Order: sequence, then structure tokens, then C-alpha cells
Amino acid sequence: MLPPAQSFSHRLKSALFNATVSALVAFLLFCLILGLRTVDTVYGLTLRPRPLLLAVAVGIVFVGRLALELFWWNRSWSVPTPAWAKWPGEGLKGLGDATAQYGGIALIVAAALFPIVALAIEKSLHLGLPLRYLFDLSIVVLTYVMLASGLNIVVGLAGLLDLGYVAFYAVGAYSFALLATNFGWGFWMCLPFAGLFAALWGCTVGLPVLRLRGDYLAIVTLAFAEIVRIVLLNWTEVTNGPNGISGIPDPTLFGIAFAPRGDVTFSSFFGIRYEPLQGIVFLYYVILALAVLTVLVTLRLRRLPIGRAWEAMREDEIACRSLGINTTVTKLSAFSIGAMFGGFAGAFFATRQGFISPESFTFIESATILAIVVLGGLGSQLGVALASIALIGGFEALRHTQGLAIIFGPNFDPALYRMLLFGLAMVIIMLWRPRGIVSSRTPSLLLEPQRGVMPAKELRA
Amino acid sequence: MSGWQKDPVLSVEHLTMRFGGLTAVDDVSFEAGRHDITALIGPNGAGKTTVFNCITGFYKPTEGMITLTHPNGSSFYLERLDDHDINARARVARTFQNIRLFKGMTVLENLMVAQHETLNRASGLTVGALLGLGGYRAAERKAIEFAREWLRRAGLISRADTVAGALSYGDQRRLEIARAMCTRPLLLCLDEPAAGLNARESEGLNELLYSIRKQDDIAILLIEHDMSVVMRISDHVVVLDYGKKIADGTADAVRNDPRVIAAYLGVPEKELAKVGREVGL
Repeated sequence: MLPPAQSFSHRLKSALFNATVSALVAFLLFCLILGLRTVDTVYGLTLRPRPLLLAVAVGIVFVGRLALELFWWNRSWSVPTPAWAKWPGEGLKGLGDATAQYGGIALIVAAALFPIVALAIEKSLHLGLPLRYLFDLSIVVLTYVMLASGLNIVVGLAGLLDLGYVAFYAVGAYSFALLATNFGWGFWMCLPFAGLFAALWGCTVGLPVLRLRGDYLAIVTLAFAEIVRIVLLNWTEVTNGPNGISGIPDPTLFGIAFAPRGDVTFSSFFGIRYEPLQGIVFLYYVILALAVLTVLVTLRLRRLPIGRAWEAMREDEIACRSLGINTTVTKLSAFSIGAMFGGFAGAFFATRQGFISPESFTFIESATILAIVVLGGLGSQLGVALASIALIGGFEALRHTQGLAIIFGPNFDPALYRMLLFGLAMVIIMLWRPRGIVSSRTPSLLLEPQRGVMPAKELRA
Repeated sequence: MSGWQKDPVLSVEHLTMRFGGLTAVDDVSFEAGRHDITALIGPNGAGKTTVFNCITGFYKPTEGMITLTHPNGSSFYLERLDDHDINARARVARTFQNIRLFKGMTVLENLMVAQHETLNRASGLTVGALLGLGGYRAAERKAIEFAREWLRRAGLISRADTVAGALSYGDQRRLEIARAMCTRPLLLCLDEPAAGLNARESEGLNELLYSIRKQDDIAILLIEHDMSVVMRISDHVVVLDYGKKIADGTADAVRNDPRVIAAYLGVPEKELAKVGREVGL
């Protein structure tokens, strides 16, 4: 960067030179990509040159670079950090604890009341709310809360980077689907088995990869997830391959079904009119209970010796071993407990969809779950819940950003651009809150709880 | 027969450690008495830390036998145990040359992690405590009291709820020793505990070591460069040079051993008398 004292003409000269170089590089890059287009004519494929488009692209690069050199990189002012990026949780101060606790409770209460309130509003005011869509979306969000909480044990607490979490989700889903379709078992009976099988798979993955750390572990877990997916895809006799498994039963309320099939249904039992929404609201409460259970168990585990050992292992594995902690067992426990919750979520996914195929368990799922954990703040349950809402709900909300049509004209379809907007949002959040939405760590216990955590900053001063 | 040979807590016999073609430790044998502070000294690269890593299980020795004897007579062959079992079962604790604390966790949490084995058993391998069964709560309270006691002795009680990484260097050293002591060891291995400490911090450390020795009656094995510390607090000094043991005895005996002086001053033995006269020995 040039010192500000240098004269403008000198700066202009070097800026022009750099801009020209950039434009040249852009020309070389774009001349074939943008400059030529293959057109299907009656004579076959022909090339049509597009010099104007190429010129515009190169011109944008030239002007952009020039502007950056002259006005942006040498600016004397700084970009202000918005207020939302500054809220508590940034330091090690205990301020975040109470906020997090009450925030979490408020979130759970709000989630529990949401269907009732929404139904009541719709019934009394007839606004024509898309209730079914709203509930479906909430169910997806809660599924991700559960998945991300499970992964948070592995990545956030134990510090083992797992890129193949979707494998456990798949194992849970297929365990339930196969048990249900082959043996006629119900959802509630299969749920523990789905968790168990996923946990066993967690141990199977965990055992050989325990010696690996960091990137290497990530690669191996990624590979294991692909193995699971490809086995599901090709073991046609059992999994029905790419055609998937259909006819997976819905969950029942103590044996009472919701769908208007069979003798005793929810509506006939309680003597009320059948509405398709009843089943969806029930599913909503099932996943809410599962998600809350996952979060509470995780919070409790953090305060138990095993949770502290996980966190200690994340901080320093060698020191752990010198203190008599069996890191092999500790890692396996993290892997299998995380996997178990993934398995539960998988079983729920299967019962909600009624149909599963290997296509639902691709790498992008693992990446989304990991993105939620990282965005929420490693190890923070509240952060994970907020990030699930922001990521899954926000991603969905981008479908409905009609307001942008005002800027981009009536033909603008926001659904096409949501990946782009989504990426932009992620970059912005990571710029301003690089350690996630909730980046403070709540100690698992305090010697003097009334005083709270001592701020580190004052100590250093 | 010297004092430490009557009732050794640790006996190292013919310990050899090779890394490829390099012999870092070459046929070293020594004993550490049950109530003694034993110092392992030697010039840089003499193999002190390698011996430590062999004793605490971070390396598996190429040859040799390391026996740890409990007061009840049961003995453990450390070269056969896993590193975590050396702490959990044989009850050997250690600290590290470059401090290895759990920096993101609070001081108290560091001491609680050290009591993991006891607490984990009390929690019924997590399942019991998760369901609210058993005496986990009482065990945790006891562990906190034990940690509080060590915080007090290490002078860190006011810092209990601070993140360990925010402590000063001297505090971190003392915390690491307190953490090692929370595993209730019979042998405490300290790898250069005074390294990088200023005079005042060094004094605090010495006080802690004295109090451990006086109150807890456990054996301490330490690596140290600061000769004033070594000569003042150790009962028994073992000197290594180029992986070989060159002297073994009381601090006074070792101080006057010509081979030790040669190793430290870096002169051949035949010129020793001359150099000794020059430096006033």
C-alpha cells in the first residue's frame, strides 16, 4: 500500500498500470469463456463471437481495479461495524451466560407455543396464512437444530472435525425404514434402534480414525459418509438402491394414527373433525421434543466429567493423556453420542418424508449442518439454534424476497439468486463475527457462581 | 547403599531410547526415593526430557525397564502401560516444559479435568449422572473442595473462575503443578518448572514444591537448568550427558564430580584440573 503522502499523479500512474494488467488477465480468462458462444444452427454447432460482452467484462475489471486502487485500498476511513455484530458474547465476559440461558428458554417456549398461536390466529382472523408451509418449514428447521446439536458434540465440544455427519443421519433413517417396512415396527419402537445403529456406526468410524486429527480426520469422515451413501445406492437387494424405500409409517400418538385410515384415528378418538394439519402439528411437537431433548442432554453432558474431558481434549490432547484420561474412549464416546442424535434425527426424517433415498444424504447435507455449527459458534447450543433458524429459515425466506424485484425489474426471480445471497450473507456474518453468533464459552462450573466469570481483559491490564 | 536405594518409588533400569540412528538415551539406570526430590540435570540435548517421556509413557523405550512401586508393594512396569494408565493406575503425574494447560477453560475446570477418573466413576460412566442417579453430586462437591484446597496452596484461589490462558506465566506454571497434584500422584515429574520465571515467581514455585514435599510426602522428579534451585531443593541428583548417566549422588557429591563439571563447562577430562583452577574450584 502506498503512503498517503505520495502525489496523486504517481498513484494514478501505478493504478493505471495495475488496472491494465488486471484487464489483460481478465481478457485472457474471458476471451474463450464469454467471448465465444456455441450456437446450434442447421449446419451444426458453430461459434458466435461476442466482442461486446467481452469488452464490457474486461472494462468492468479495469474500472473496478482502478477504483479500488485509487479510492478503496488507500482510504483513511474504516468500515463501521454494525451494532448487531457487537452484541455480547464477543469476549470471555460472563455477560453472555444469563442472556444465553434466558434466550434459550424463551426460544423453547416460543417454539412450543408457535403452532397453537398460529392456529388460533388463523381460526379467528382467517388471514389465509400458509400454515402447512409454515409448519413444514419449522419441522425442517427443528430437524437441523437437532442434527447440529448432535454434530456440536463432535465438532464443538470434542474438537473432532467431522465432515461426514450425514452418514449417521442416513444410518438412522435407513435403520428405521428397513425395520418398519420389513418387520412392521412402529416409529417409537424403531427410534431407539435407529439411535443405537447410528451410534454403532459412529464407533465403527471412530475406531480406525482415532489416530488422525484435524484435516486428516475430516477427509476420512468425508470418505466414510460417501461409503455409506454409495453402499445405500448399490446394495439394491436391501436398500432398493436409487429407488429408495417408500411406505414408511407415520408416528402414532400411543398407537393412534393421524391419517384417516384404519379404525381408530386421532380425529375419531377425540371426536373432532379430521384436518390434515393435525398430523403435521403432531410431527412438529415430536421433533420439538426430540430437539429439546438433544439440547438438554448436550447441556447436561457438558457439566459432567465426560463433557469436560471432551472440551479438555479439544484444548490439549497430550495434557489429557498425562492426566489419566483415556482419549480413545473419550473420542469414541463423543463420536457415538453425536452419531446417536444424528440417528434419531434420521429416523424422524424418514417418518416425516415417508420415503427416503440415498439422494437425501449427500455431502451438501453434512456441509449445511457443519455450517450451522460454525455459524452458531462452536460449542454453543443457543448459537446452533439461532443459526439453524437463520440458515434454513433464511434460505427459505430468500424465495419470497419480492422486494428485490423493485430493484431488478419485474422478471427478477429471487429463487434463482438465493444461493448467491446466501453466500454473501455467510461471508458478511463471518467477517463481523468470525467465531460465530454466540462465541463466548460458558464455564461448566464456577467456584463462586454469584460472582460470575472473571473478565480476562482486566486481569491482563 | 544410598537413601534412595532403600525404598525406591521409581527404578529405571538400562533405559535406552533410539530414534532411528540417534540414541537419545543410552543405558541409563537410576532410582528415585519415595520421599525425595530427585533432580535430573544435564546440558541441553542430554536426553532428560526423553527419559521423562519414557517414564510417563509418551515414548515407548527401545530397551529397559521402568518400575514404579506403590507403598503397598504392588509394582507397575511403566514401559508396558498406556500413557493414560501411567497416570490413572500407576499414579505418576507430570508437567510439561512448554506449559500445557486447557487454556480456554477456567482454572477450576482445569483442576476438575484432572480428577476425571474419580468423577467419571462416580457419575456411573455418565449414564447414572445423566439420569440423576447415584452420588455424583456428592463426588463433585468433594472434587471441588479438593480443587479449592489446591487452588489455595498454589495461591490461585482468587483466580479460580478465570480462563487459564489469561493467567500470568508464573501462575500458569503453578496451576499446571496443582493440576498434576489433583490426580493424587505418588510420583510427580516436573519438566523444567522454573523455566522462564522471574525471581519472585521462582520463589513462589519453590514454596509450592516445598509444601508438596512437606505435606504430601510424595516423590518429585524434576528436570531443571537453574543450578541454584537444583542444589537447594534436591536430595538426589542424576546427571546425564549425551544420553549417558555420568553422575548420580547427593547434590554436594555431584557438584564436585569432575565429569559433571566437564560436561557443563564443555572441556575434556584431562584439561579439567587446569580449567578448575582457573574458575576457582
